[in-house]
Amino acid sequence: MSTFDTIPQTEKEALVETLLRLADDRLIHGHRLSEWTGHGPELEEDLALANVALDMIGHAASLYSYAAEIEGKNDEDYYAYFRDDIDFKNIALLELPRGDFSFTIARQFIFSAYSYFLYTDLINTVDDEQFKGMLQKHLKEIKYHLRHSREWVLRLGDGTEESHKRIQDAFDEIWMYTGELFDMDEADEAAVKHNLFSDVKSLKPKWKKIIDETLEEATLKVPDDEQYMFSGARQGRHTEHLGPLLAQMQFLRRSYPDAEWK
Amino acid sequence: MSERSNNTEWPLWEVFYQPKDGKPYEHAGNVHAPDAEMALQNARDTYARRNEGIGIWVVPSDQITASTPEDQGPFFDPANDKPYRHPQFYSVPRAVKKRK
Repeated sequence: MSTFDTIPQTEKEALVETLLRLADDRLIHGHRLSEWTGHGPELEEDLALANVALDMIGHAASLYSYAAEIEGKNDEDYYAYFRDDIDFKNIALLELPRGDFSFTIARQFIFSAYSYFLYTDLINTVDDEQFKGMLQKHLKEIKYHLRHSREWVLRLGDGTEESHKRIQDAFDEIWMYTGELFDMDEADEAAVKHNLFSDVKSLKPKWKKIIDETLEEATLKVPDDEQYMFSGARQGRHTEHLGPLLAQMQFLRRSYPDAEWK
Repeated sequence: MSERSNNTEWPLWEVFYQPKDGKPYEHAGNVHAPDAEMALQNARDTYARRNEGIGIWVVPSDQITASTPEDQGPFFDPANDKPYRHPQFYSVPRAVKKRK
């Protein structure tokens, strides 16, 4: 009998679902960032992006392994390598192709700001000690990601004519994918009920404030919220970009399921 | 080509880190960065990834005044024949020894 057998089934399911949602966001984001390795605009920024990618994949790995421990059926690698796109619970924002450096920075800033407020809130909400410990550890890294991406938004926005245009285009293009950050479905509500997740809708004003202030300081225009917003990736209805990403990420493990690092 | 388009490389910064509280800062290497804040972040990402220290300084490389190889003779050779400048000729007082 594992220690998790004492937790009611509904709560267990809600915890696994929450862990997988958080982990999938971070794994897919980390993979997109890892695509910059060797292609960064400068050696130093190449390293910085690879660092953030590693942080993200590390966060995902710890969340997956906790989910695996609770479920007791699979190991952490199963979640990353043996699920298909319809099973992935990440939001669409994070699976979009990496684009140019501006696009990567705009996405990083939007997601780091969201993660910062989500984690800060979750630490005060979550009862589960192991989960809370992970969040506290991850938050330190998120603070750095937020600082790094924010500084880049300021420099690109208030930089040259070209950098200004590129980062403005990136925010305009990405904006329709920001709505999903604050979508709540039944699974989220069940998790909120068990003190395992935050009411993300209530976090939006804080997120909006830091985005608005930063974009204004960077001489950029905040895109209009009153536009079509993409939704449904969290429930498995992904864009056409996730499939090719997973193909590349998973093929080695699927072709050689028993491969080991030697 | 205009002068501006040739000069696309970011300035160089020397990086120093402090391994522990109270220890002197040590030179780690250098990074390219557009300004001081980014130099600090690049230094963190390049030289502080393995728990190397608790503090970082970055200094614009062109702000450092260095001795030249030709200075080596007049600067350093005179010290070679002055062993009395080293402290090993003095016995350490007992009170100091005890405190060690």
